[in-house]
Parts: sequence; C-alpha cells; structure tokens
Amino acid sequence: MDAVLSPPTLDTRRPTSIAVMAMGGQGGGVLVDWIVALIESQGWLVQSTSVPGVAQRTGATIYYVEAIESDGSGRRPVLSLMPVPGEVDIVIGAELMEAGRAMQRGLVSPDRTTLIASSHRAYAVSEKIAPGDGAGDPAKVHEAARAASKQFLAFDMAAIAEQSESVISAALFGALAAPGALPFPRAAYEATIRETGVGVEASLRAFGRAYDAAVAELKSPTPAPSGNTTRKEFPDLKPIGDAGFDALVERARTLPEPVHGMVAAGLARVVDFQDVAYGREYLDRVDAFAELSANELTSAAAKQIARAMAYDDVIRVADLKTRDSRFARIRTEVAARPDQIVYATEFMHPRMDEVCGTLPAGLGLWIETSPRVLGFLRRLVDRGRRVQTGTIGWFLTLYLLAGLRRFRRGTLRHRREQAHIEAWLDRARTVARGDVALAIEILEARRLVKGYSDTHDVGEGKFSRLMAMAEKLEGRADAADWMRRLRTAALADAEGRALDDTIKTIESFL
Amino acid sequence: MAERSFAKEVEDLRLGDGQEFHGEGILAITKALLQSGVGYVAGYQGAPISHLMDVLSDAQDILSDLGVHFETSASEATAAATLAASVMYPIRGAVTFKSPVGTNVASDALANLASGGVTGGALIIVGEDYGEGSSIMQERSHAYAMKSQIWLLDPRPDLESIVRAVETGFELSEVSNTPVMLEVRIRACHVRGSFRTKTNQRPAMSVKDALETPRRDTGRVVLPPASYVHEREKIEKRWPAAVTFIKERRLNEFVPGDIGDVGIILQGGMYNGVLRALQGLGLADVWGTSRIPLYVMNVTYPLVPDEVADFCRDKRAVLLVEEGQPDFIEQALAKILRQANIPTPLSGKDLFPMAGEYTAQVMGEAIGAFVRQWIPDMLAPAVRASNAPPALEEKHARALAEVVPPRPPGFCTGCPERPIFAAMKLVERELGPHHVAADIGCHLFAIMPPFNIGTTTMGYGLGPASASAFNVKAAKRSIAVMGDGGFWHNGLTSGIGNAVFNKSDGVVLVVDNHYSAATGGQDLLSSRAANRSRSTRHAIADAVKGMGVNWVRQIDRTYDVGRMRDTLKEALTSNEPGPKVIVAASECMLNRQRRERPLFAKAVKAGQRMVRQRFGVDEDVCTGDHACIRLSGCPSLSVKQTADPLKDDPVAAIDNSCVGCGNCGDVAEAAVLCPSFYRADIIINPTGWDRAVAHMRAAVIGFFQRLRAKRRLRLA
Repeated sequence: MDAVLSPPTLDTRRPTSIAVMAMGGQGGGVLVDWIVALIESQGWLVQSTSVPGVAQRTGATIYYVEAIESDGSGRRPVLSLMPVPGEVDIVIGAELMEAGRAMQRGLVSPDRTTLIASSHRAYAVSEKIAPGDGAGDPAKVHEAARAASKQFLAFDMAAIAEQSESVISAALFGALAAPGALPFPRAAYEATIRETGVGVEASLRAFGRAYDAAVAELKSPTPAPSGNTTRKEFPDLKPIGDAGFDALVERARTLPEPVHGMVAAGLARVVDFQDVAYGREYLDRVDAFAELSANELTSAAAKQIARAMAYDDVIRVADLKTRDSRFARIRTEVAARPDQIVYATEFMHPRMDEVCGTLPAGLGLWIETSPRVLGFLRRLVDRGRRVQTGTIGWFLTLYLLAGLRRFRRGTLRHRREQAHIEAWLDRARTVARGDVALAIEILEARRLVKGYSDTHDVGEGKFSRLMAMAEKLEGRADAADWMRRLRTAALADAEGRALDDTIKTIESFL
Repeated sequence: MAERSFAKEVEDLRLGDGQEFHGEGILAITKALLQSGVGYVAGYQGAPISHLMDVLSDAQDILSDLGVHFETSASEATAAATLAASVMYPIRGAVTFKSPVGTNVASDALANLASGGVTGGALIIVGEDYGEGSSIMQERSHAYAMKSQIWLLDPRPDLESIVRAVETGFELSEVSNTPVMLEVRIRACHVRGSFRTKTNQRPAMSVKDALETPRRDTGRVVLPPASYVHEREKIEKRWPAAVTFIKERRLNEFVPGDIGDVGIILQGGMYNGVLRALQGLGLADVWGTSRIPLYVMNVTYPLVPDEVADFCRDKRAVLLVEEGQPDFIEQALAKILRQANIPTPLSGKDLFPMAGEYTAQVMGEAIGAFVRQWIPDMLAPAVRASNAPPALEEKHARALAEVVPPRPPGFCTGCPERPIFAAMKLVERELGPHHVAADIGCHLFAIMPPFNIGTTTMGYGLGPASASAFNVKAAKRSIAVMGDGGFWHNGLTSGIGNAVFNKSDGVVLVVDNHYSAATGGQDLLSSRAANRSRSTRHAIADAVKGMGVNWVRQIDRTYDVGRMRDTLKEALTSNEPGPKVIVAASECMLNRQRRERPLFAKAVKAGQRMVRQRFGVDEDVCTGDHACIRLSGCPSLSVKQTADPLKDDPVAAIDNSCVGCGNCGDVAEAAVLCPSFYRADIIINPTGWDRAVAHMRAAVIGFFQRLRAKRRLRLA
C-alpha cells in the first residue's frame, strides 16, 4: 500500500541548532534556560536537553538546543536530542578547552558554525598536578578554531562576569546577542534576563559589557595568544639611586644586551634576598658564563643562579610575609572593600631541619648530630602552627625572624646551599668549555629543585639523577637533547615514572 | 532539601483540560501520573530520574490534595515492593528508579510482582542511564522485561508521546494483569518541550480505602502450586491480552512513506534521531514527514508479530534500529519473519555497531549505508556526491588532542570528602598502599587523579561487602569506603552486619555528607536538617553500634586532616578485634552553600558583623611544585602563569570561588607542604571595637614595616 503514495513535499528548512559546552557548576543550565525563553518569546518552537548526571560535579558537560520558526500549521517539529556533527549553527564554549572539545567532537564546521568561546582557562586536574607546567597551549585552540569555524568569537567572559559581579552565563548570553548569531534583537535578550527576576542588574551589566566586547571583537579581532609564557615581565637594568647597587648595574650593562632583562631580574632578586654584596657575588658567578659569549648560556645562568642563591629559608619567608606590600596585596586578592578588615593566618609547619638551618652552622650541625637533643627539640618544635600575622605578637615574631638576615651568611643552611651551588656551577663551567648546549641543560636542571620539605627532597633527588646522567652523556653530540628530555620527563609527574622511563631508554644505548 | 527546587514548576501540575504545559520531561511524567488517577508513587533517586523524585517531593501538597500517597523509598527494592498495593486492589501505582542499576536491586520484588500479576495498573518508570555521561555499567533493561515478563514501553522522546505512554501504560497493565516498565532515556528526561494537559483525576480507590477493607487471594501469592499457575497464566492469558491491546489501541505507530519497498523499524526512543538522519539524507523533514515508511515500536516488549509481518512483507529490505546489546529485538524479528515465511532481508547490527550509544553520527552513517545499499537513486544529489573536506584538518586535530585535557567529574569546591582522601594519601605515605574497596557515590571520584584511591566498585552500598574476601590474617587491613546513601540503602546489613558476623578485622570508612549528595542532595535517615514530611537525624554511628561494632570513631569535621589521618592510622593498627568503623561527617558543601549563602548575604545587608573566610597563596613564596594540588584537586585551587621571569613553572593560585573550607591550610600543615598558603578572615561590617583594634594593630605593625622598608633598597 505504501508504494502507491506519491512523493510528499518536504520542507527543506533545517532547525537552528545551538550546543553549549560547559563545566559542571558553571551555570550552563541557566544559559540554556535563557536561550529557550528567548527563542520562545520570538514565537519559535524550541526544544532543549542535556546530560547532567554526575558531570554536574565539575566535569565537562553539554547542553543542546534546537529551534525552528513555526510554519503556522500548529504541527510540532521533530527535533534532535543531540547535536549532529557538521550541522550545528552555534557552539558556545564556556571555557577555552571546552571549545576545543567541541571541535574534537566534530560540532564545529567551517561552512556553518559560529563558535563563541570564553578565552579564560579553568585548568583541569591533569594540567594542574604536573610538577612542571602541565597547561595546554591555548594558541593551538585559537588556531584550530579560526580554521574550523565560520566565525570565531573569543574573549575573556569570565573576567567580564567577575568585573560585573555576575556569572559567566550572562556574559555568554551577551556574546550570543552580538549580530550574526541569531536573528533576534538585543532588547529581546535583555527582556529575557529581566523576566527571570534574580540578580537582574548584575546580569544585565555583564550582558552589556560582553555584548560591547563582542561587537568590538567582530570589527577587529585581537590576535591569539602565543603560548603560556608570553606574560613574563623583565625589569629594566637601570640605576635606582643607591651607589652600591648602581655600580652593579653599571657592571651588568657590560653584558650582552639580550641578557639584560634576565640579569636585571636576577640581580634584583638576590639583592632583595640578602644585600648588595650578595649581588656582587651573583654577577661574579654570571660573568664566569658570560665569558664564553653564548647569550643563551648567560641567560640560563642569570636565571638559575638567581633562583639558587635566593633559596627559600625561614628568614626569606618571614620577610615576605611581613612586608607592607603583601598586606596590601592580600586585600586586593580577596577583593576586600575599604571598610572591611582583613586578617591573614599563615599555615606553617617548622621542622628541625629549618630550625637547625637557621642556626649558626656549628650549633646547627651539633644539634643535628646529637640524637637526644634533636629528639627533645623536635617534640617542642615540630607541629603545625597557625600564625596570625595581623596580630602584634605574631607579627613581631616573624619580623624578628626576618631580621636574622644579617646573620644569614653564618647559618648552616646558607653554607650548605653555597656548597651545593658551587659544585653545580663548577660542573656547568667545566662542561661549557666543550659543550655549551649541555652546560645550558645542566643549569636549567636546577628548575627541578623547588618546594619545601619532602617535595624539596624529591626535587633534589631528581636533580641529582640528572647530574649523574649528564656525566654519562657528556661527549655525545645529542647529550643536551637527552638532558632536555630528562628535564621534561622529571617535571611530568611527581612520582618520577616518566623520568625512570627516559633514563631506562638512555641506558639502553649507552 | 534537594539541590534543585521545583517549587515554582510544580504549580503547572494543576493545569486542566486543554491547557499547554511547558517544561521538562520529568515534570510531564508527573503530570501524566496525576492525569491517570495514580493512587501512590514511590521511588529511589538516581540520574536521570533524581529530579522526578524531587518534583514529586516538591509536589506533596498537590499529591495529598488528590489523595495520592508518595514515599521516598529506602532502596529500589523497597520501591518495587511498594507496587504490592496493586496486586489485590484496583489502585494504580507507579515507582521510579535509575536503570539498570536500580532494576538490579529491585529485581527480586519485580519478579514476585510479575509472577502473581496485578489488578491495578503498576508502572515502573526507569530512567535509562546509557551512553554519554553515564555513571554506570552499560546494560539494557530489556532483559528484565523478558525474564520476568514485564511489558516494556520505549516511547518517542517528546512530551506528548511520553505522557501518552504513561496513560496507556496503566491501561495495558490492567488489561493484561502485568506490570509495565516505562523506559525513558536520559535526554528525554531532561528534554524541554510542551504538551496539552488534561485535568488531574483522584484515584478511584485510594490506599486508605484498601487499608480499611483488606482483601486476599492466595492464588496471587508466589508459592506452589500458584507459582506454576502464574507461569502458564503469563503465556496463556496475560501475553495475548497485551498483544491485543497494543494492536487495538495502536500503541505502535506506522509512519507512511512513498518509497514503500524499504522500511525502517525502530524503538520509539530512537525516533528523533532516525528522523534527523533521514533529513540529512534528504528523505524526511523537520515536521516528521518521511519518504521511507517507519514502524515505530513504542512497545518493545512484547512484539506484535502481525504488525511486524505486515510491515515487512513485500519490502525489498528492512532496517532495524535497536540500541544496546544483546540484539534481543533483532533476534525476535528474525524469528517472526522466518515463521511467517517472509524473505525480506533484515538489517540491523550489521550496519549499526553492536555496542554503544546511537549518536547522531552513528545514526547518520548506518542509515546512510542502508539507503546507499537499497535505494541509492533516492539520495539527494548533494548527499550522494558529498566530498566536503573534514571539518577539522589533521594538523589541528592532532594539536587539539595534545592540549585539550580530559575533564572527568570530581569533588566540588570545598567538598568535605576531599580532606578524607588527602588524609588517606598521607596514611599511604606512612603505611604503604592498602586495598581500598570503593563504593558508589561522590567519594568514588577519589579513584581519579589526584588521589588515585580505590580498586573496585561492586554496587551501591556494597563497598564493605566487596572487601569480605580479605577477611584473613595479614600484615595489612583492607579499607572499605561507603557513603551515607549506600549505608542506608543496604550497607548497614550487607557491609557492617556481615563484617560483625564474620568477625572481620577490616576498616570501614563511612562518608556522611548529610545528604544523598551525588543524586542531588535529597534527605536520608541521617540528614541533619529537619524535614517536614520525613524523619531525619538518625545517627549512623548509633546504627553501627547497634549492629554490634565496638570500635567506632565519629569525626564531625573532616577538614581536620591531621585528625582524619591519625584516626585512619589508629584503625589500621589497633589491636581491637572486629571491624573498625570511622564515620567521617561534614555537610556537602554544595548544599551548605545553598543553605548559608542567602542567610549570610541577608545578615551583611542588615549591617551585622560577619566574617568571610577564603584562602590565598603568596605568589612569591610558592615555588610552583604543585604538591598542594596533588593532595587536593579543588576547582578553586589552580595554577596561574606568573610574570616573574625567574619562575619557569606556573604558581598555585586560589580564585574567588574559594569557600574557605580549610582544606588547603590543613593539608599544608599535615603534609608539611609549604608556607605559601594563607587564610584571609574578612570582617564585613566591623564593629567599633574591631576598628579600634585594627587601627591599633595597623599603627604598631605599620611602624615596623616602614622602618624596614626605609632600609630596604627600592628595587624595580
């Protein structure tokens, strides 16, 4: 009976489809409710759906909306419950990598899709837990988005939301309202927000700012960021009006111009850590590498020597915690209003290592080698302390500790650090005569030494393993290359699994 | 109080004849129940039907106005057993839970119910959690329908069809004396659409009436010889009655098409996806007009052989769209065709994948393949000669694969379960790794980075039970984790009781966050909040002691990482025989924030002195080793790229979403991490005394700060 039917007239219109890629807890549901209400207010037929489940607990999640203008017949359309790759008109990424995920899922197509993304980053756990820099390169997402979408609209909507004391949904809604995405007037969007009746003013503020930003962005797109490391700020190498320091600046200026920024940063750090004389020692150490006239080597030396010399001891921490600039910074960080009072509590857990390190070398060493004294003192010292830096008693305690700076050169810790630095630099200098690239890697390996207590020990352990490998690799043309791989591996995970693997690989051909 | 309130939406449940209802699938189901004159409703929460329970809970006034009884069941088994009220009495009853996990738990009651049969309509609404975003094993509910002989409805995923399925489902149940299962997929539960309503009906007989005039019939009790009679009755009476009803009432739909020599048979739930795929091929439009005839099975069990045969006869080929495996329907169709001697080729899992969700892409490819195979001339030219380049070039795809991180769900900002697992991590460092039996609930997020704790999950509340085999003398003890939800669901008996009886020496950690948190913050027996309609505040520790456990430790602030660690260590090393039970209790932060935030804001607005706490990191003290993050994973504790040229790696940073739970400070202290964390106490609306003290402190501290600043070189 079917065969006798004549071909029906098919309506060739496609529904407008919108996919929202969000993270659980970001308020993607609010945005979708707004979109649905907006579309309904324009007399269209709309359907939305989502897959919340446990993804609502911080995981990546997707919402999907389809809509079509009524044909006036009263028929209900059959709308899809999930996005069809290649057939999505608008994709909203509530975070940059979620926009990237949309592309991976094939939801963004060059002939059809407007991709609206907030360019801010909310780092995933896998990116945050690496001991090094585990963050994905945002430039890759921007590049792909430009190529894969019909139009790519990206700016930091999280910042707009925060400035407006609102939520990102409102900013995303503002970007969606920009001309070109949906055929609805701006007023309809604003009316939708007003209808909800909650936090209307703040939402409209964020909406308006995002709308303006989107319009500006459409006129002249801002260039994509190039990697994560673009933000480094190098100080100028210039005199400050202190005779001693200015003499060091004069001297540093004789170094090649390209390394001035790094030397300026390093010099400032070590002088701030100790004094001008310490700055002189710093320049002496850097000079020894500069003589080999390889800028990359000098730059690596300027950076890593400063880090090593300005190690984190009790005196340094106490100094940083008690500065007036820090008190001001905390107020800004926690967004305190002028009429509010802010007190900070520090979480400190001094161990006997730190106590002995801060004592004169002889005394510190004696305690360390006297088990009974050490045990007695440990019971006294070794526990968590909540230091209320804003109260006079605790402030003065830290203040006095910071004042021990003048005795620092005589402490056990300082002596150990200097010995460690010397051995390391000695090695780098020797290697530099034959293999500059390897010497750079030996210097850069210092990056592994960081953190406090156990973390510091683990870092130092990895550093030692790298030094041992450097010795084995020395003389090979690819020594520096392998050292770089070892460093990357050491920073990939805390347990050192990647490092183990790389060492195994190297040992297989050595 | 559940996470999401439907207080406003439930008002729409009062809509009458011919009015338009706009809303989510779950609300539509509720409305359909009331329109059908349901007498009682029960269920157990779990995605995707958590919100159905929340809606019912928020609609209690409307329900009691109509004389409808509603219960939040202790488990899915309880919910299913509730349907016993429809065995002897002509009362319509509905229960709901997540499938197939809930169906697993309920299966004993369901099998008994199905054996004796029902008088009043009995509807089991199962929320299908299959495919994207699912949190459970991937299985079908279909097998349950077949094994116990329960009819299975799989309506088209739009509100009108779902509502119709509820209404006809009750009738089907009554004419065939068989319980009916209504399967709703996750997207359909959350789909927002509209339908025309009818006036709510009071149940013809209420449970109160039944209770006051009890009836019995041993012929309905599952015991020989009645059980043998039941089985014959199922086949001889109930099945034919169901098939007749399905046919007469046209529960399955035939969509005509002009290309009549092929056809597509589909589960109702697949309808929108199939239509969209056909639209992509130029063979259908958005209003449901199709050029290929469709047979839409809104009832997927039992099948109606006549309908199948009629649809397939005279066709050159038929495609079956059946999601999930095993391919029960395909096997059944093949048998129907064979027996009717119809030679039409049947495609199905040869073109579709055997396993996995039928996504838009899968649907498009498989239906496209069928069309290309049988009616290539009917394809739109653009589709036929499609040589569109891939949307994403290879190099970009590779680049994205490198940088886009996986983002699985995890503990929320300030979650009280985070410090429990941070403490377990610290214990692991001292005593080595242990066998950790995990369970279902938010605490299962610990299996992922950064904690990587937990070996197996054997089902809700079965954490301690799944450690049973490890009850032997050894140098280490097993640790079993279970949430408060799982504890009351069955863990008290299956885990604690079992451990006491078998003299287990293992450690059981009960995570008590005051709610059934993972499913949306519903109350349970041990919830602390006063609940108007339920009895709460029954302490877990009391229940555990009552079960015969002697070693019980209650921790009322899980954020105390040091104490948590020491208690765990004690449990792992104590000489006391028998199970060691730790109840780690702190309120779910999502719920706490929702409760406290408005009150806080109100107090601030009223000018009261309030203290807000949040944490921060001193950027210049942080060395970027991220050890703190490896013991946390909190969304508000992240990293940020620093402008300091001497730092190669990003430093830790806490954003303004921090709720000041205290985990960061406690972990830094207990794990001896680093001194870069600080807690800021922000005094809002300070009193005169506050201001005076602050002024005095600032004067003294400022004096010393200026003194040192003067001596310090002004660098940069």
